[in-house]
Amino acid sequence: MRIELRQRSEDSRLMVWLSPLLALALTLAFGTFLFAALGYDPLRALYVYFIKPLTEAWSLEEIVVKATPLALIGVGLAVVFRANVWNIGAEGQYTVGAICGSILPVMLPDLQGPLLLPAVLVCGALGGMAWAAIPAFFRVRFGASEILTSLMLVYVAQLLLDWLVRGPWRNPEGYNFPESRLFEADAVIPALAGRMHFGTIFALVAVAALAIVLGRTLKGFQFRVIGAAPRAGAFAGFSEHRSIMTVLLISGGLAGLAGIGEVSGTIGQLHPSISPGYGFTAIIAAFLGRLNPVGVLFASLLLALTYIGGEAAQVSLGVSDKIARVFQGAILIFVLACDVFIRYRLHFQATRLPATRAEDAP
Amino acid sequence: MTGFEAVILTIVTAATPLLIAALGELVTERSGVLNLGVEGMMIVGAVTGFAGAQLTGSPLLGAVAAMAGGMALASLFGFLVLRLAANQVASGLALTLLGLGLSGMIGEAFIGQPGLRLERIDIPFLTDLPVVGTVLFGQDPLVYVSVALAVCVSRFLFHTRAGLALRAVGNNHASAHMLGVHVIRTRFLAVLFGGACSGLAGGYLSLAYTPQWVEGMTAGRGWIALALVVFASWMPFRAAVGAYLFGGALILQFHAQAEGIPLPPQFLSALPYIATIAALVILSGDQWKARNDSPACLGQVFVPDR
Amino acid sequence: MPDGNVLLEARGIVKRFGGLAANDRIDLTVHAGEIHALLGENGAGKSTLVKILYGSLQPDEGTVSWQGRPATVGNPAEARALGIGMVFQHFSLFEGLTVAENIALALPPGSGRRGLDAEVRSVSEAYGLPLDPAARVAGLPVGVRQRIEIVRCLLQRPRLLIMDEPTSVLTPQEAERLFETLRRLAGEGCAVLYISHRLEEVRQLCHTATVLRHGRVVGRPDPKTATMADLARLMVGADVEGAGSRDGQPAATGPVRLAVRGLSQEAGTPFGVSLEDISLEVRGGEIVGVAGVAGNGQDELFAALSGEAPASDEAAIEIDGRPCGRAGPRRRRRLGAAFIPEERMGHAAVPAMRLSENAVLTRHGTDPELATGGLLHLSRARGLARRIVERFDVRAPDGDPEAKALSGGNLQKFVVGRELDRQPGVLAVSQPTWGVDVGAATEIRRALAALARSGAAVLAISQDLDEILEISDRVAVISRGRLSPAVPAGETTREAIGLLMGGAG
Repeated sequence: MRIELRQRSEDSRLMVWLSPLLALALTLAFGTFLFAALGYDPLRALYVYFIKPLTEAWSLEEIVVKATPLALIGVGLAVVFRANVWNIGAEGQYTVGAICGSILPVMLPDLQGPLLLPAVLVCGALGGMAWAAIPAFFRVRFGASEILTSLMLVYVAQLLLDWLVRGPWRNPEGYNFPESRLFEADAVIPALAGRMHFGTIFALVAVAALAIVLGRTLKGFQFRVIGAAPRAGAFAGFSEHRSIMTVLLISGGLAGLAGIGEVSGTIGQLHPSISPGYGFTAIIAAFLGRLNPVGVLFASLLLALTYIGGEAAQVSLGVSDKIARVFQGAILIFVLACDVFIRYRLHFQATRLPATRAEDAP
Repeated sequence: MTGFEAVILTIVTAATPLLIAALGELVTERSGVLNLGVEGMMIVGAVTGFAGAQLTGSPLLGAVAAMAGGMALASLFGFLVLRLAANQVASGLALTLLGLGLSGMIGEAFIGQPGLRLERIDIPFLTDLPVVGTVLFGQDPLVYVSVALAVCVSRFLFHTRAGLALRAVGNNHASAHMLGVHVIRTRFLAVLFGGACSGLAGGYLSLAYTPQWVEGMTAGRGWIALALVVFASWMPFRAAVGAYLFGGALILQFHAQAEGIPLPPQFLSALPYIATIAALVILSGDQWKARNDSPACLGQVFVPDR
Repeated sequence: MPDGNVLLEARGIVKRFGGLAANDRIDLTVHAGEIHALLGENGAGKSTLVKILYGSLQPDEGTVSWQGRPATVGNPAEARALGIGMVFQHFSLFEGLTVAENIALALPPGSGRRGLDAEVRSVSEAYGLPLDPAARVAGLPVGVRQRIEIVRCLLQRPRLLIMDEPTSVLTPQEAERLFETLRRLAGEGCAVLYISHRLEEVRQLCHTATVLRHGRVVGRPDPKTATMADLARLMVGADVEGAGSRDGQPAATGPVRLAVRGLSQEAGTPFGVSLEDISLEVRGGEIVGVAGVAGNGQDELFAALSGEAPASDEAAIEIDGRPCGRAGPRRRRRLGAAFIPEERMGHAAVPAMRLSENAVLTRHGTDPELATGGLLHLSRARGLARRIVERFDVRAPDGDPEAKALSGGNLQKFVVGRELDRQPGVLAVSQPTWGVDVGAATEIRRALAALARSGAAVLAISQDLDEILEISDRVAVISRGRLSPAVPAGETTREAIGLLMGGAG
């Protein structure tokens, strides 16, 4: 038997909604198989992984905490990907955002006052923007692929952070641990409730704002046109270069904000492992959310669950915590596979069509 | 062994995995498929290679297992982008993320275990020649494999009919289909070859370069190999030159540290990545583009109508 | 009249795409040594039929027999093994490969590459089709590319040669040389299936003819005795009428509304064409046609006019007396100009976007009610799209469909309607009826004529000489990036234009 794809004349509006759900179902099926293969009771494991964290207040809080950076980064990535720009270095922009946002609290710890926190956040966002501006400039000026340059800059950013917290920014009272001094109270994002902080509000605002930009403004229309058909964009009078620059700065800024938000709101200081790969997981959030800002929000919650579930499964079952990454990769693969239903009708057929077929009434 | 020999040796061993992975990706891209999953296939190859060697006691079988690991991931990618016409950029990223996760899980059992090493070849007399002895005749087998691979890939692409068909598919898949070339099959084979090479390159890291399993031990080498393909403008021998230049950049950091250059080690570690960016920027200039051989259909989806 | 044996016989061929039967029980018989015309308008099903004969499409019903024996042509390689060769309308060449490599790909596996160069040279010289085997295809002119395709077929010693609209890219003189080659092949016993919608050349060249309309065979006239009108009536199904606006009208005397002065531009891409010192004036009330063989700078000229590739000199282009050489498309539209490019999908329209969004695409700068303060008004855009669909009789699915859901002709009507709805003072249009069925083409030409009558200046770039002569008041010819002076259509001949197209004069 072979599978043939037949192009639909229009994208299926039903499948746009169904395909992510189908992908989730496939991921759960894959999970069942994986847990069984590893020798665990799959039902219990899936319960511990995907259901139990939803039943307890602390883990729900933790899901919101983890979903916050994912949504902030992911919604920016949804915009760049829509514009057909492949920023896969959000992890680096996140890191540099965290570094730049930490400049004031670490270097001028005596600086206090109500303006400190806004300044810290703006520095973080600007840092992320600056880091994203590098691949943007190289792409626009020299035509260098932003895929590779943005990714290379992730490694550079991580090494920069590593150097800072081991070298000039190391906490003098930190017993030689690679970490910066703790942020003073005025530089910390206030808590909402429990571990949740106001950064979550930023994420919600960013989602709403970008949903409006993409769907309702000429600027967003411009991004989408250039992403879908660059020649038509030029014909409409839109500048492709400016569009590339703008979307990269938006997503870099949001990633930077996520970085400083995490450091200021959740961790309280810089150290080398401020991110469990948020910048990469956010790529999955962007696709799982169909590059739609509101969709990204829900996808971020789900992906946050894979982090929390992974920790829970490690604690209560002894499963490797690496399984979270496996699940995340599997979700993205299933999402991409299921997207085929949106654009194509699948057609199964036994063998090659015979040259002649008996009565085949339409 | 003189200092000079030592430097050359380390450059060669640093360059070999880059070269093998880049050659595989070069063939894949020549067929018109952009597989950004090199890093993922490499890390899976590193862990399956290590595991294979531990379980069988044979580093050679380990190398075979490394290729199999890369190919398994590549076939998943091939199914996604060729059969289901999924976006190649996103699918490649997915492959890398999945590969990093899977390798971490598989490798947990092997952390800290001493590995088996692919032994260097030692030819009496020849290896003892001054200066060139160890460099030319005393390397581990995969170094020779990588050089032979460059020659074979070049011969295949430019002097065989199958290679011509593969380039045709990458150049214009609709026309190739019209002429009766099996576009999907050709691409699938090219993707598998890329997977085997990436896997082997990963295996080189865990079997020859530093015979042990460390999580994330590829450290971006898969991405550098991708950049090398652009750098080489899709020509196998240029890929070899590029790989040795980058091998040099990778090694520079160690020697700079040993020489006591007063730079923080992180700065030196960042060098290869910065060098990659610089190479991409310089080689992406318009003048260069006009001359290069980039496959016209790179990254485009092909769905035959029947 | 050759009377060879029956070579190919197709019976009851049916091919459906979705609900549409592109081929509906077609019978076709081709004899050895004959040049057989397959006539029909765009969309009549000619290309589908030959793709089936060549094995790149599979029929839903019907049989094919080859030299009296039933045959299944599963793919093009099998067709070539039988002795069927094909020269495609849109060439199937590989830009990045050399001439010899392009040819080697079509030869049966196992044929060595050694000696190929020599054979290419000998065959190409024997048929008067000179080629350099080592040259890269990218950058070769269209005529040479066609030669590669023909030589590629001839090297396989075909019994049947299928040619899909071969003259659409050739000057009249080049076409004449091609006819000689084809006659010679037929004389040697090779059959030629010649697809065309150009009646004159069919009468000149072909021995027999099969006419298709809406996927069915509607006649098998004798091209030697049938008149042009007979053939046209069969093809179109009614007496042909032109846009009819040009005859007997006085030449335009309105003011100059579009002026191009000494425009020179380097090619933006390695294989593009540089524009050299182009000057042209179009007055209100007239249509100026720009004829030329594809790839002689039409795309570059259009991009310079639309502002997609602005000039370095502000004075190089004037719209209604206002210099705008350095302006982008948006500012030129605000000056009252409108543009319709050749390619509908991905240039004039975004296939994956809805008609309302595609209406915004070129109207956002000139229609402030669509976008105020950077905010889009989607309901107004939907209203505009609906108005265009109704005014220009666009047949589209209900609601607000994506552009790719429309047929080629209907999308072209939408694109043309989107611009004409604005009542532009200046219109530059490239290939206005390319790939559009005859009914829609007539409507589009009428609409262009009406726009000119209302006082607008219209510049129409087209490779279809018939179209140029039908709609234009004055005609200029573009060749290798240079534009000849525009002369009144009544004072020039097809031959004179042909010579200019070939670069003479």
